[in-house]
Amino acid sequence: MTEEKVKTPAAKAVKTKLRATGINKTFKRDGTETSVLENVELEVAQGEFLCLLGPSGCGKSTLLNICAGFLSPTTGTVTIDGEPVTGPDPRRIFVFQERGVFPWLTVEGNIAFGLAKLSKAEQAERIAHYIKMVGLQGFEKAYPQELSGGMKQRLEVARALAVNPDMLFLDEPFGALDSITRLIMRGELLRIWEAERKTIIFVTHDIEEAVQLADRVVVMSARPATIQTIVEIDIEHPRDISSPRYLELRDGIFNEIGLAHKI
Amino acid sequence: MSPWVRIRPALFILALLGIWHFAVVSQQNRILPTPWETVTGIIELMQRGLLIKYIVASLFRVTWGFVGAALLAIPLGLAVGWFRRTEMAFNPLIQILRPISPLAWIPISILWFGVGDVAAIYLIFLASFLPLMMTGINAVGGIPQVYINAGRNFGLSGARLVIRVLYPAVVPQLIIGLRITLGIAWLVVVAAEMIAVNSGLGFLIVDARNAGNRYDLVVAGMVMIGMIGLMLDTLMRSLEKSRALRWGYSED
Amino acid sequence: MTLSQPGKWEKYFWPVLTAGIFLVFWHYAVIASKSNVFPGPWKVLGGAQELMRKGVLIGYIRDSLSRVGVGYGLAMLLGVPFGLTLGWYPAASQVVNPVIQMMRPISPLAWIPVAIVLFGVGNTSAVFLIFLASFFPIVVASMNGVRNVPSMYRRAGRNFGLSPGKLLAKVVFPAALPQIIVGLRIALGIAWLVVVAAEMLAVDSGLGYLVIDARNSGNRYDLVIAAMIMIGVIGLALDLIFRRLEQIKSIRWGFRLEA
Ligand SMILES: Nc1ncnc2c1ncn2[C@@H]1O[C@H](COP(=O)(O)OP(=O)(O)OP(=O)(O)O)[C@@H](O)[C@H]1O
Ligand SMILES: [Mg+2]
Repeated sequence: MTEEKVKTPAAKAVKTKLRATGINKTFKRDGTETSVLENVELEVAQGEFLCLLGPSGCGKSTLLNICAGFLSPTTGTVTIDGEPVTGPDPRRIFVFQERGVFPWLTVEGNIAFGLAKLSKAEQAERIAHYIKMVGLQGFEKAYPQELSGGMKQRLEVARALAVNPDMLFLDEPFGALDSITRLIMRGELLRIWEAERKTIIFVTHDIEEAVQLADRVVVMSARPATIQTIVEIDIEHPRDISSPRYLELRDGIFNEIGLAHKI
Repeated sequence: MSPWVRIRPALFILALLGIWHFAVVSQQNRILPTPWETVTGIIELMQRGLLIKYIVASLFRVTWGFVGAALLAIPLGLAVGWFRRTEMAFNPLIQILRPISPLAWIPISILWFGVGDVAAIYLIFLASFLPLMMTGINAVGGIPQVYINAGRNFGLSGARLVIRVLYPAVVPQLIIGLRITLGIAWLVVVAAEMIAVNSGLGFLIVDARNAGNRYDLVVAGMVMIGMIGLMLDTLMRSLEKSRALRWGYSED
Repeated sequence: MTLSQPGKWEKYFWPVLTAGIFLVFWHYAVIASKSNVFPGPWKVLGGAQELMRKGVLIGYIRDSLSRVGVGYGLAMLLGVPFGLTLGWYPAASQVVNPVIQMMRPISPLAWIPVAIVLFGVGNTSAVFLIFLASFFPIVVASMNGVRNVPSMYRRAGRNFGLSPGKLLAKVVFPAALPQIIVGLRIALGIAWLVVVAAEMLAVDSGLGYLVIDARNSGNRYDLVIAAMIMIGVIGLALDLIFRRLEQIKSIRWGFRLEA
């Protein structure tokens, strides 16, 4: 391996997976209209790992929901593989910020939810595989009510991965995890991503997390959100989080958001 | 639990019975029965073979009225609640009909169904219908959007979305609604049996007073109604305890 | 599924449309059935006008409302403190709860004979029935309200050094208030529901009396239905007033989840 090999995900040869053009979104409440997204343009390459970063309430979830087809933009269009997005699709799974695991199904039942087309044996195999991956062994028959917040998050990630989608929308999927489990889950996610090259859009408001994971970090401004800047993270995985380049990129984003990285 | 904790409620009930007894005995002209006279009243009813007959008759009417209402009102409520606009359309009508006591419907039931069993069952049906319809409406309205989204994300729509997401999501609420409504239906049985039927616990109460001021039988009927109501409620609650449904009744 | 968000006008349009369809259906169903006892909507309207002209309608409404007001007011005054106490002392609720649960399924109607013995025939008995019917739901709602206060809040309150009395006044009661108010609203609905039963007790005024009397004295079904509609409309109005209360900002926090 040569030392200076730098990956360039935005290289011309890479196919565009998702393209959002001219996205505006306004919400009506009590008669007044609030503009949440203004003129957002975004292009995501096939196999890219993209992080959306921005202050709480700026509209990250809104943008992600529009990309996944759960919300329609007030104006603008989203296309995936060249086709306009009109609704959700099992090829692209969304991990919800508000926890979308089904409380009436067990851990197994939740993971099996998207696997109805597989044979029983294949289902069992997948379930076992993903339960092991997210460390829920021994809880196969437990109901979500009996799990901790972090365990529920891991379960939802496992349910998403189990259907082997080609695109993942993750809305702060590791928000409720302790820092150690977070690190492990980040590692797992990267491992899966490197092995299977799924296209991932990952929402977070954790700058470190974004710089550790993403090919590119999209920094959004406060509401009404526009794309403030896009930072390319040109460090090879596995990333050394004490390397000068890592620190430089991280501090660059801190500055961009208007925070000096000093306490 | 220590034995003391367990017998405390029983002691309290005994104390209440004691108060009841002495309150009655201290009256000059006794009309109301003592607890013991109530018990002998129940025994008398048993010996005359009336107790079982009346209980069965009341349960029979409640079952028909309640089950009929459930079969119609719940699907209707679910359908109405699924669409914002149908919910808007029906809500005011329901809200106006709801405060009207089943008793107020007695004249109309008699007019439509004559005096007798059908009118009584119809009254119970009416009393159960609106609460069950509201249950259905609120149950679909209360499904968190995130479950529907997750289901659609996995490619479900139409009947499969209903079976795999909507149905399991509403069942716990429906069961609570059924339990509460069964309570109402049982409450209304007295009113229903005032319509010149000649059996049932409600009939017993009205009849025992009118025919000879047998207040021991009046109170005996009340006690039986209370106990059976409590039993029905306990039965429905045990449904809620089943493991697969329990998630909907978490510590809230 | 993703129908457009209903517009403001639809809030009125759809109910009015349903009501219209309902009235037309009623009208023609009566004509088709050739019933000469069951009235159509016009006859009911006429009945209501007749009651207005005779000046009895307002009086009846006032009497019914005042019976409910007294019975329900007493139930509230006694039931809320009682329920709070039961909720605060788990031992007390464990002891009293079985009795309450057994009393609840007994219809207010079944109490009529007892009410007559205790209070005689007349207004007091009617008020007593209404009191009884609303008392238990209020007690149960207040009790559960206190019991369901998340222990996190109690701990936080204690953490700030509140005495038990302060804890009850400053933490537990406000935390339980939304649930108590919902209970009070439901109980008011029940009290109003029971007014018909109460007024069967040989009082000679009130909307409930009107329902029974209009039928017994001459099969005046137009008056029966006019009275029923009045009962429904007033019940709805009482409910709406109460829901207004729930909207007050300082107690609204608990109702976000309610439709
Ligand atoms: N259905 C809605 N109706 C009205 N306003 C909404 C709706 N959904 C979101 N908003 C508003 O849009 C803004 C952006 O919300 P969004 O959930 O996208 O934020 P976010 O960036 O994901 O925040 P967080 O990091 O806290 O999750 C918020 O101010 C919110 O109040
Ligand atoms: Mg969000």
